[in-house]
Amino acid sequence: MAQASQAARRWNQRTLAPWLFLAPGLFMFGVYVLWPIIQSVTLSFYDWNGLYNQDGEFTGTFVGTANYSELMTDPAFETSLWNNLKWLVLYMLALPIGLFIAIFLNQTVTGIRLYKSLFFFPFVISQVVVGLIFAWFYAPNFGLFYLLTESITGKGTAILADPDLVTYGIIAAGLWPQIAYVMILYLTGLNNVAPDQIEAARLDGAKGWRMLWYVVLPQLRPATFIAVIVTVIGALRSFDLVSIMTSGGPFGSSRVLSYYMFEMALGEFGFRMGYGAAIAVVLFAIMMIFISGFIWKMWRDEKER
Amino acid sequence: MVHKLSGALTLGAALLLSTSAFAQDKRVVTWNADYDPIPLAAAEALIADFEAANPEIDVQLTNFDHEAYKNAIRNFLTADAPDLANWYAANRMRPFVEAGLFADISDVWANNGLMESLAASVPSSTIDGKQYAIPYTYYQWGIYYNRDAYAAAGVEVPGPEGVNWETFLANCEKFKAASIDCVTTGSSALWPVAGIFDYVSLRTNGYQFHSDLAAGKVSWTSPEARAVFENLGKLQPFVTENHAAIDWQDAAAIFVQGKAANYVMGNFAVGVFKEGGMTNDNLGFMVFPEITAGIARAEEAPTDTIHLTSGAKNPEDAKTFLAYMASPEAQSKWNTAVGQLPTNKNATVPADDPFLTAGFQALSTSTGGIAQFWDRDADAEYAKAGMEGFQRFLVQPEALEEILAQLEATRTRLFPQ
Repeated sequence: MAQASQAARRWNQRTLAPWLFLAPGLFMFGVYVLWPIIQSVTLSFYDWNGLYNQDGEFTGTFVGTANYSELMTDPAFETSLWNNLKWLVLYMLALPIGLFIAIFLNQTVTGIRLYKSLFFFPFVISQVVVGLIFAWFYAPNFGLFYLLTESITGKGTAILADPDLVTYGIIAAGLWPQIAYVMILYLTGLNNVAPDQIEAARLDGAKGWRMLWYVVLPQLRPATFIAVIVTVIGALRSFDLVSIMTSGGPFGSSRVLSYYMFEMALGEFGFRMGYGAAIAVVLFAIMMIFISGFIWKMWRDEKER
Repeated sequence: MVHKLSGALTLGAALLLSTSAFAQDKRVVTWNADYDPIPLAAAEALIADFEAANPEIDVQLTNFDHEAYKNAIRNFLTADAPDLANWYAANRMRPFVEAGLFADISDVWANNGLMESLAASVPSSTIDGKQYAIPYTYYQWGIYYNRDAYAAAGVEVPGPEGVNWETFLANCEKFKAASIDCVTTGSSALWPVAGIFDYVSLRTNGYQFHSDLAAGKVSWTSPEARAVFENLGKLQPFVTENHAAIDWQDAAAIFVQGKAANYVMGNFAVGVFKEGGMTNDNLGFMVFPEITAGIARAEEAPTDTIHLTSGAKNPEDAKTFLAYMASPEAQSKWNTAVGQLPTNKNATVPADDPFLTAGFQALSTSTGGIAQFWDRDADAEYAKAGMEGFQRFLVQPEALEEILAQLEATRTRLFPQ
C-alpha cells in the first residue's frame, strides 16, 4: 500500500513536474509565438485591407496562393530579397572586426574599462539614434561624409540619394553597433581562455596569426557561435535603420523584406494585410533555415555530452 | 469640450467626469480629429460658437497626433466609433466608404444647398452618386519663388500670373549659370515629386488626363504620358541634386537661403518659409507655367474633410454640426485662423495675406478643374508605385523605358483591362 502510493508520487514527480514547470513558458510561447505564426500564414491566403465592417465582421476574401504568385513577379520583392542578402553577407564583417577590437582591448592598462565602455557605447544607444547620426553624417550639403568626399573628389557623394550605394550606407550604420555587440561577446570569451594553454603554445614557439588561429580561436568557439547567431538574426530583421534613414528609398532601392512587409501591411499606402503576411511568411521561412541549423547544432552538442 | 489623448490619464479622467457632470442634460456629439496646435485652437473656437448657438448640444473633440491618427482611425471606426471623424476627400476615403464605415450624408448636402455653395468640391466628396464628406478647407499648390534668388541671377521676377514654359526653362538656364537650383524639392517622403509631376501632367494634357491616369484608365506608354515625361525631363536637370535624400523641410532651407529660386509646393509651406526668415517682400507665388497652349488651367488643391461615421450614436446632432462646418461663417473663421482657403464660395479670405488671396484667385479662375493631388486621386497602392516612378525618373532620367514598363505592369495588375 505504502509502496504503491510512493510509486504514484514518483510518477507524479517524474512525469507531471516537468510539464508544470514548462507550462508558463509553453503558454507564453503558444500565445505570443505559435498563434501569431498560424495567423500570419492563414492571413497570407487572403486579400484584406485591415478593416472590419460596422458589425465587426472580417472583410477579407480568400485568394489562395495569389499573394505568393504575385510575390514571384514583384520587382520590389526581388530588390528586398537581394538587399537582405547583402545585409547577411556584409553583416558578417562584424565578426572579424569585433574580434580584432576585443583582442586589442583585452589588455591591462590604466583606464581600459573606460575604453571598453566607449567601444561598447554604440550598442547601448537606440538604433533610431544610430540611424539619425548616420543620416546626418551622409546628409547632402552639410554631412561630414558628403563634405569629405567633396574635398577629395571635388563632387560630394550623397550616399542615401544614390540607389546603388544606399544599402551599403545603411549596412555601415548597422555594423557600428553590431561590431560593439560582437566585441563584448568576444571580450567575455577571452576572459575564459586558459592562460596555461597560451603559455604552453608560447613555449612551443607559436605567436601572431598561428597563436590566434590554432590556440585562441578554438577556445572562443562558444562565443563565435553566439556571435554568428545574433549577427544573422540582426541582419535579417534589420528594420529600424532602413525606416529611419531612407524609408526604403530612393524609389524603394534600400528596402529589405521586413521593411517591405511593414510598408505593404501597415504603411500609409499599404494596408494589404494578406500580401504583407505573405512577405512575413517568406522572411520567416528564410530565418527558419538558419534557426533550424542552430538548433540542430545545439542539439548535437548536447547529445555529445 | 476638448480632451487630449496625450495628456496625463488622471487629468483626462477628471476632465471626462467634469464634462459628464456639466453636460448631463446636453446631447453629446463626439468628434475625433488630428489637428496641430493652431488648427486645434481654431476648431475649439468653432465648437464654442456652435455650442453658443445650440446650447442643448455638447461637441466633444478628441485630438490625436497627426501620424498616429492614420492608424487609429482604422481601429476606432469599428471598435468605438465617434460621431464625426476627420479624413481626406476623393480616393483616400474610398476604403472606409466601401467598408460601410462612413455614412451617406447626401441629405446634409441637399438640405443646406451645399451642391451649389461647395460646387468645386462635389466630385471629390462623392462616391457612386452619394456624398460622404463635408469639405471645410483646402490649400493651393503652385510655385513659390525667392525674389532674392531671382535678383542674384539677374532674372526678371514673374508676376502672380506666372510665365510660360519656354521662359521658365530659359530662366532655369540662367539660374544654373549662377549656381542656383532653379527648382528645389525634397523627395525622401516621395509625395513632393508628385506635385511636380501632377503639374507637368495637368499643363501638358489637362485635367481629364490627370484624372484618367490616376484612375488607371490611361496607359503609361501612351503618347500623352510620354509627352508628360518629356516635359518633366526638360525640368529634370534643373532640380536640386540629391533631392531623394532630403525632406521637404530641408529643401525649404535651401530655398530660404536663396540657393534655390523656385519651389513647387502647397501653401502650408509658407509658414516654414517665414519661420526661416522670408517675408512677403522676398517670397512670391505664381501659378505653374502654361505648357500646352490653350489647355484650360487646372490646379491642385487637396481638401480636408469631416465625415459622419456609420456607428455614430447621435447622427442627428452630428449632421447639424456638419452643416455648420459647411457654412461660410464657420469656414471663414477657421480658415482665416489657420491660413488656408475655405471651400464654401460665399466664405471670405483675409485680404492681408497675399498668398491666400493669390491662391484664392488662382483657384477661382481655374477653368480646368481642381485636382486633389496624385496620392489622393489615385488608389493607394497605385499612388505609391507612381510616386516611386516619378522620383526615379528625376534621379535617373535615362531609365525612362524601364520606369514606364514597370508602371504599366502595375497598372495592368491593379486595373485588369
